[in-house]
Amino acid sequence: MDNQDNTLRLQLARQLVEHLEAGDDEQANLVLSQLSVKFERELFEEIGKLTRDLHDALKSSRNDSRLTEITRDEIPDAKERLNYVITMTEQATNRTLNAVDEGLPLAEELQSRVSVLQDDWMRLRKREMTLEQFRTYARELESFLASTGAQTERLRQLMSEIMMAQDFQDLTGQIIGRVIRVVQDVETHLVDLLRLSSGRLEVQSPPAEPPTPDQDAAAKLMQRGPAVPNTKDSQNDIVSGQDDVDDLLSSLGF
Amino acid sequence: MDKNMKILVVDDFSTMRRIVKNLLRELGFTNTAEADDGSTALPMLKNGNYDFVVTDWNMPNMEGIELLRNIRADPSLAKLPVLMVTAEAKREQIIEAAEAGVNGYIVKPFTAETLREKIDKIFARLE
Repeated sequence: MDNQDNTLRLQLARQLVEHLEAGDDEQANLVLSQLSVKFERELFEEIGKLTRDLHDALKSSRNDSRLTEITRDEIPDAKERLNYVITMTEQATNRTLNAVDEGLPLAEELQSRVSVLQDDWMRLRKREMTLEQFRTYARELESFLASTGAQTERLRQLMSEIMMAQDFQDLTGQIIGRVIRVVQDVETHLVDLLRLSSGRLEVQSPPAEPPTPDQDAAAKLMQRGPAVPNTKDSQNDIVSGQDDVDDLLSSLGF
Repeated sequence: MDKNMKILVVDDFSTMRRIVKNLLRELGFTNTAEADDGSTALPMLKNGNYDFVVTDWNMPNMEGIELLRNIRADPSLAKLPVLMVTAEAKREQIIEAAEAGVNGYIVKPFTAETLREKIDKIFARLE
């Protein structure tokens, strides 16, 4: 190939000298342009390669800046969110166990008193009870009936408390979902970087475009979920609780 | 307030749907159904003669605010009372919900007492 090229160029060079010696400028110029075609092609290829490199470098720096942003803001926030999940699950567990700690003895007491009263009842049915024993039994029964209502009501409240403590699953689930999206974001950018550095540049996706309304909506979606203390959530104007919500709504004429 | 009214509970977390349904049952409302997001809820509402909706905000496919807007835009559903029960605590979102025509707004975590109070208030205003 190269040999052929060289023979061709040598031939063209000889023709060029001949035309110049003969004073045939027109022919000489024609040969000259034939000679330069190969170099022009190489130049274009080189410029093309440089342009691609520049484009990729720019793209990679954009990628790096998003990665920097993730490292600087999102990762510490994600850690804070996960810490908050630990706190919330711990609270929910304690709330549940406290209710159980109070409820179990209540249930056990009810059960043991019923068991004693039942035995006495059987003795009464079999007419094995003295009058004095019957009087004691009646007093015990009365006191049992009096306290049972309050105790079972307390048990109901404790069950309700245990149920409400389970709301952590929804709240922590939303927070963890948000952390998962950050992890996915990091993964995408790392894969892009890997692809760049391994030089398989031809299969690149088109360059990033300015945010569209869709992306704005997606960014908004990223912010959904419970506000977590000590994260960028606190930059938002958030209510402190139900009273705050009620005040805001009543100020709007609710 | 009719304790037999038909209530739709919309939340993507089944645990929260169970909690809300249980609380409603404690308050005497037993005629409840569930949907896991707005896009499931909307066709149910259109065909189901519901009297009341309790919905979350942050859900896949169709968020609660979108469900609310769809309800208000549908002449057959427009007057349906909607109570939002959500972890979304940004003021701008509460205002957004109010402007979209929400009847009540509860932030999670909430108490059984808050739920009772808001339901009472919503139906007292309607009567």
